[in-house]
Amino acid sequence: MIKVKVNNKVVEVPEGATVMQACEAAGEEIPRFCYHEKLSIAGNCRMCLVDIEKSPKPVASCAMPAANEMVIKTNTKKVEKARKGVMEFLLINHPLDCPICDQGGECDLQDQSLYFGKSTSRYQDSKRAVNEKNFGPLIKTVMTRCIHCTRCVRFMDEIAGTHELGAINRGEGMEITSAIEGGITSELSGNIIDLCPVGALTSKPYAFTARSWELNHFDSIDVSDAVGSNIRIDEFNGEIKRILPRENEEINQEWLSDKARFFYDGLKNQRLDKPFVKKNNKLVSSDWNKALDTIIKKINDNSPSEMAAISGALTDTETMYTAKEFFKGINVKNIDCRFNLSQVPFSNPNDWLFNSGIENIDVIDKLLIIGCDPRREAAVLNSRIRQRWLTGSLDILTISTPEDLTYKFNSLGNDISILSDLNTQIKIKSFFNNANFPMIILGDSILSTLQGDKIHKIVKNISKEANLIRKNWNGFNVLNKYASRVGGLSVGFVPSEGGLSSVEIKKALKRKKIKVLFLIEADDFLLNNNDLEDVFIVYIGHHGDRFAGNSDVILPTSAFTEKKSLYLNIEGRAQFTKIVTSKPGVAVDSWKVFKALDQKLSSVIKYNTHEGLLKQMFNDYPLLRSQNNAQKLKWEVEKNNKIKLASEINDFLVKNFYQTCCISRSSENMANCVREILEIKKVNNGST
Amino acid sequence: MKKIYLVLKSLFLIDIAKGLYLTFLRMFSPSVTINYPYEKGKISPRFRGEHALRRYPNGEERCIACKLCEAICPALAITIDAEEREDGSRRTTKYDIDMTKCIYCGLCQEACPVDAIVQGPNYEFATETHEELIYNKQKLLDNGERWEDALHKNINSDIEYR
Repeated sequence: MIKVKVNNKVVEVPEGATVMQACEAAGEEIPRFCYHEKLSIAGNCRMCLVDIEKSPKPVASCAMPAANEMVIKTNTKKVEKARKGVMEFLLINHPLDCPICDQGGECDLQDQSLYFGKSTSRYQDSKRAVNEKNFGPLIKTVMTRCIHCTRCVRFMDEIAGTHELGAINRGEGMEITSAIEGGITSELSGNIIDLCPVGALTSKPYAFTARSWELNHFDSIDVSDAVGSNIRIDEFNGEIKRILPRENEEINQEWLSDKARFFYDGLKNQRLDKPFVKKNNKLVSSDWNKALDTIIKKINDNSPSEMAAISGALTDTETMYTAKEFFKGINVKNIDCRFNLSQVPFSNPNDWLFNSGIENIDVIDKLLIIGCDPRREAAVLNSRIRQRWLTGSLDILTISTPEDLTYKFNSLGNDISILSDLNTQIKIKSFFNNANFPMIILGDSILSTLQGDKIHKIVKNISKEANLIRKNWNGFNVLNKYASRVGGLSVGFVPSEGGLSSVEIKKALKRKKIKVLFLIEADDFLLNNNDLEDVFIVYIGHHGDRFAGNSDVILPTSAFTEKKSLYLNIEGRAQFTKIVTSKPGVAVDSWKVFKALDQKLSSVIKYNTHEGLLKQMFNDYPLLRSQNNAQKLKWEVEKNNKIKLASEINDFLVKNFYQTCCISRSSENMANCVREILEIKKVNNGST
Repeated sequence: MKKIYLVLKSLFLIDIAKGLYLTFLRMFSPSVTINYPYEKGKISPRFRGEHALRRYPNGEERCIACKLCEAICPALAITIDAEEREDGSRRTTKYDIDMTKCIYCGLCQEACPVDAIVQGPNYEFATETHEELIYNKQKLLDNGERWEDALHKNINSDIEYR
């Protein structure tokens, strides 16, 4: 620790801290544009000038390391004059178009020119104008407004890891531009909108639709992937206008993937707003009573073993809990939340959780990634791995992953069968030798192949033998892709004794053994439409997606922005979404559907309110109560060295990052991304 | 003494004579009452009457949907919806003023960075129904066209004080 004097106040800061950090520790606010806590220091905006004793000129505090006994002044005439001067230079080429700028009202330049700038301009000559750049379908550019802080460039280099932006020319001719024409392809690109301190980079879908001061803010949770990023939903006039990340150092830092940020317009399209019942092969709009009666008649007509239920990617934990109770009441055992045919075991939470915790990626030194694509399945988590890798103290080994992860790694191959090879296992063990914080990330993607259960066993075994499981450290992690999965497994929405798993349900459907199928928002259940003939399908969901057209009864429910509901992220962290907008039509929260069905049949569900539900659920599953705490549990491994795997190349990976759930499939923004980013990428890759 | 003075004053109707004298004098000064619907009083160029949305001389509407007027309106009388127009410019799709909520404070025209929303010299817009006083964008633009000459003159006359 070193002692620094800031405005006659003595503060202690750790060695290596900058002058700016020292000033902040003393409670002084330093204006800045280019400096950002999560990015490297550039020192090019000069806004953070402070006065340091014995220094002839004001010093850029963000780039100056603090020294012992340093005397810093931030409130002198010299500093004030320096700030005014810098501000005047920055505003020389900045247009006065705040009224039509989407950043207006939440603009760093606007705020700081009010507090630190001059009230008038002395500049008389003509201003510079810069051509707009094509930054893709999500980011709108007005490059004349750019003040060259290079935050976006540094973000792309350091956090996103795609190196797509840079500055060309110099002096007044300096321009920020993308390396290749045709937009930014990174899946974290939306974050440069937040980073931009002026209105040079703004959101294209949000353009001109609202002003920052009229929006209502709601803190919520993202469900587009399983990371559980904290988000802020901005609503105006009953419509969601934009989604922004909320800072949570333990999960998403302050970043958010493009899908989570821009898929909100899918919440308006293709919504189911009233129940439908099929009559003469046509879906006819109906009311709740009729629809429920139709279902109950079918339930009474068929034996429990001929019924099955699958829950989907966005189903909340309450629904799966209530559905489980309901199906228990009518003795249906064929229920499963693993709609993507994943074979992850469901008896011990360690088997499906991200045990080490997302935050601990910041300390790991050896990482083995098996059978997943963190870049597209959990973009924020991937950038965290990259940030750790950039420090130089992380070695990465992969098996069966894509090649374009944003960090360098040694690949053992794309064929998963090498995992059962003794040589490979020895290689892995020697890789983990002497590791302080070793970590294995096992993808749910590879677990959803036919050999999923075997792979899980082998990897578990390896992690035991390579000493990944220690006191206070569990290096075995499963990377789930779907927001609902951990919740579903945690409340036991899985086949009960003698029931069929999703894989077996699929087979049974083929053999026409299932007569009634409940799809709870399960649009991604991989089925052939031919297998669905003669099956009575009850579709419970909020979007008219893949299966809605094939179903016999449609029951409309609310989406994650229309209900308070519990989601568990990959670490098992319990977080609630919030009610932002109203439900469309006569849609209800999906757990109420099962409550209503239950009332007409077995009446085993006793609670009537959401509070009652939560109380009983937390009673039954006390682990859920450990809200905002990654769960640490006991570890059991069954020893088995003799499993052999068949060859399987990674064709199981997410190919379309932008469309993975019913909301993103209904979203125009995401469709634009597919058209303008993915397809162009394909063409580029083909030609080179 | 005072009593005698008061008695004499009332006996000779002095006050009445004084009053009648003033009345008599007024017969020779110019008349101030006007015959309202046919004659109208003079108003200041800063008069805050009926609202209008102005256009540029080339016909382009001035309003850029910055919503500053909506934000500052103390009576919450203004409602604006905005969207990107086909040519990429920021424009309103809806600009409503509830004239029955409006308190004619003039803050909207003060806030407007492009002199789009202004309060014109017209004060004769009484209607028979409430609905007619909820102005939409078309009505306001029509007002702007109708009153442009007067509005332009008024703004110009005030320009050195702004």
